[in-house]
Amino acid sequence: MDEGTGGKAEEVLRLSGITKRFGALTANNAISLTLARGEVVALLGENGAGKTTLMNILFGHYTADEGEIEVFGKRLPTGDPRAALDAGVGMVHQHFTLAEQMSVLDNIALGTQPIWRPFLDRKAARERISKLAADYGLAVDPDKQITELSVGERQRVEILKALYRDARILILDEPTAVLTPMEVEALFKTLKKLVADGLSVIFISHKLHEVMAVCDRVVVLRSGTVAGARAIGETDTHDLAQLMVGSELPQDEVAPATPGQVLFALDKASTKAEGGAGLKDITLELRAGEITGLAGISGNGQAALAAAIAGTLPLTSGTIRIHGETMSGWSPRKALASKLGRIPEDRHATGMIGDMSVAENVISEAYPTRRFSRFGIIDWNAAAEFAREIIADYDVKCPSENARVRLLSGGNMQKLILGRALDGDPDVILASQPTRGLDVGAVSYVHRKLIEARDRGAAILLISEDLDEIQSLSDRIVVMSEGRLSAPSARGERSQRELGILMAGHGLEGDADAA
Amino acid sequence: MRLEPRPAPSLARTLGFTVLAIAGAVIFSSILVMLAGANPFTVFWLVIKGAAGTQFALLETLTRATPLIFTGLAVAVAFRARLWNIGAEAQLYIGAVMTVVLGTGAITIPAFGLIPIIMVAAMLAGALVLLGPAILKTRFGVDEVVTTLLLNFIVILFVSLLLEGPLKDPMGLGWPQSKRVIAEAKLPRIITGKRLHYGFVLAIVSAGIVWFIMKKTVLGYEMRAVGHNAEAARFAGIPVNRVLAKTALISGGLAALAGFSEVAGLKGNLTLDLSPGYGYTGIVVAMLAMLNPLGVVLAAIFVAGIFVGADAMSRSANVPSYIAQVMVASSLLTMVTAMMLMRYRIRWR
Repeated sequence: MDEGTGGKAEEVLRLSGITKRFGALTANNAISLTLARGEVVALLGENGAGKTTLMNILFGHYTADEGEIEVFGKRLPTGDPRAALDAGVGMVHQHFTLAEQMSVLDNIALGTQPIWRPFLDRKAARERISKLAADYGLAVDPDKQITELSVGERQRVEILKALYRDARILILDEPTAVLTPMEVEALFKTLKKLVADGLSVIFISHKLHEVMAVCDRVVVLRSGTVAGARAIGETDTHDLAQLMVGSELPQDEVAPATPGQVLFALDKASTKAEGGAGLKDITLELRAGEITGLAGISGNGQAALAAAIAGTLPLTSGTIRIHGETMSGWSPRKALASKLGRIPEDRHATGMIGDMSVAENVISEAYPTRRFSRFGIIDWNAAAEFAREIIADYDVKCPSENARVRLLSGGNMQKLILGRALDGDPDVILASQPTRGLDVGAVSYVHRKLIEARDRGAAILLISEDLDEIQSLSDRIVVMSEGRLSAPSARGERSQRELGILMAGHGLEGDADAA
Repeated sequence: MRLEPRPAPSLARTLGFTVLAIAGAVIFSSILVMLAGANPFTVFWLVIKGAAGTQFALLETLTRATPLIFTGLAVAVAFRARLWNIGAEAQLYIGAVMTVVLGTGAITIPAFGLIPIIMVAAMLAGALVLLGPAILKTRFGVDEVVTTLLLNFIVILFVSLLLEGPLKDPMGLGWPQSKRVIAEAKLPRIITGKRLHYGFVLAIVSAGIVWFIMKKTVLGYEMRAVGHNAEAARFAGIPVNRVLAKTALISGGLAALAGFSEVAGLKGNLTLDLSPGYGYTGIVVAMLAMLNPLGVVLAAIFVAGIFVGADAMSRSANVPSYIAQVMVASSLLTMVTAMMLMRYRIRWR
């Protein structure tokens, strides 16, 4: 399988002049990219820069309008999802594609056997997996069920899956987004071994220091075009950031907070599991004029915490206090009545109703009030006026207040949610992954709005998987792991590495009472 | 082949696709007509003439459309909130049962008092028939498609039991039929001597009221929000389960009015052939109308016209009137396809 001995400069993948248009939008504009044997090339770019479209074209999910792809010198037929796989290109997606109820072994071997052979040659498969795992430092027990594995282990299974299929080119899509800092280091070691063995890697990311740490070359995409390509030796993070954004990166300079009294508190709160772990005896206080950042690896109870505060997940024990008053029967309506603004994690599923209009969506929380309805009749003029206000104040790009929300971009949808949540100056704000999937302009807009709210005295809980975001915005940081909280730390008190150790679940035991 | 979403369809495109869908159904039915050895043009001309060619035909079509408007509205309201009410047939029969229970002499007051009492009672009974499945759905996650569908058979067997027992007309020569409703419980005819009755007017008014509820009121807003995205509705504080319960009450009540209007306006008594599947045809009507309450009126008249016209046609062209079923069924299929094409563009690659 190791054909060709052309040394370091041998070209294994060539994309030339790839162009893909979606209606008026050009997602990829004449993108060219090469990858040599034993090389790690970073594909760097903001969300919406065209990275995903490019990879979808490589894997035949989309057909490029122009351009062609060569793998190991052979032209790849277009529009055939198997072509790239058969040619030796493997991809590890950001969201894993594993059958959760099956073992590691079955997941890896799945689909590699001809269907007329009913029984898997488990012995041979096991031996091969063990060898691959040992060679590349991808330790994982082949007999465990996927549900028993941590996120880091699942990623290793995905990589093994690609290697098992003789992939010589590995594409990793945002591989570090779900990992703790320690797991990231282990992944980088694996990558070094892989390239030493002659594999080639495309590393898709938007995290600059990781790109600097592990890649040989960087290709930066910006709004569908190649904004620049650099060898890693001749660039730095500042240069790359500028290429990515196209201008000087606006730095969120956050003034120190002036915390006031406790506006919202959870006392010994527990819930059942929701989207990962449930809460286990959480105590958390949010103070006026302060942003509390909650860091953690996805699935460790952030979803349960957000749902519990938002009122959609009842507590199994413990209490919620708001303005010092213990609340019973907490619900979304009660939360809204207590002036709690909520930004949900999933804009599409929870935040907005895609098939309804902007006006219909912005009143979805306040429609029972006198402002929008009388005697059971909705005042659509008031609703339209409110929608126009939000569109103007939050700079939402949409045709009119009657447009379906489904047609808006993620950033504009988030601005609508922000406008709805921040209307009436809420005392407490729950911001769950408020910038996920947004472009850099929208991200800094959301950050500014949150800081504005803090400075007028709101108590804010910021839940995010992006440690950089947590560290730059939060006045106080708590870390969540398997449904438990760490003790809080002040801004800058813990290093990224120390937070990482907490995220991995070390040092939380017997320390559940924060604040 | 890929599907790409389109922006919200304009009125022109909506109407255009509707016409195309009907044309598609006509072409499909033509094939069967030709197989039956008849000329499709003659047959469809006879269908149109039979449905609307004379005053008698037109009035007959509107009479037949009346129960379909009620059941169509019932289904449209429920489907809008994603409550899959397949049980309009059961609710219709329960409405009819209440009409004969109260209207055959149990209460004797003037019509302006009696008719509203019967209407309210019928609606309440129909509402309760659907409330059960709705509560099972919201409390225990029981699939309402199954419960409402099976309730149809239970209710019809129950009606059969009533007609053989307590509600049986002693003067009915042994037939399983109820006594006739008294004059004060009858809905008057719109034109003396013709079959079209004030149930039709009631149906049109109901469509207007339902339109108003869906478009202008808090409840209608809540129902649409729950139907489009229940999770987002719950997050925003909309009481999803309560909204579904209210939806069930309205939907069940509307379907029951179909039974009331058929008995009080047309048939005069309750028999087991009161409804030739109006409850199920209501689903077709609601889908053809794309769940729009005013569209339901047009769709119901269209479907009723096909049935009435096909009956007339089969008498003179010797093509079985089953062709009406084929036309209605195929227009449903083409309409559902057209609705998909209104929302998505097909890209061939």
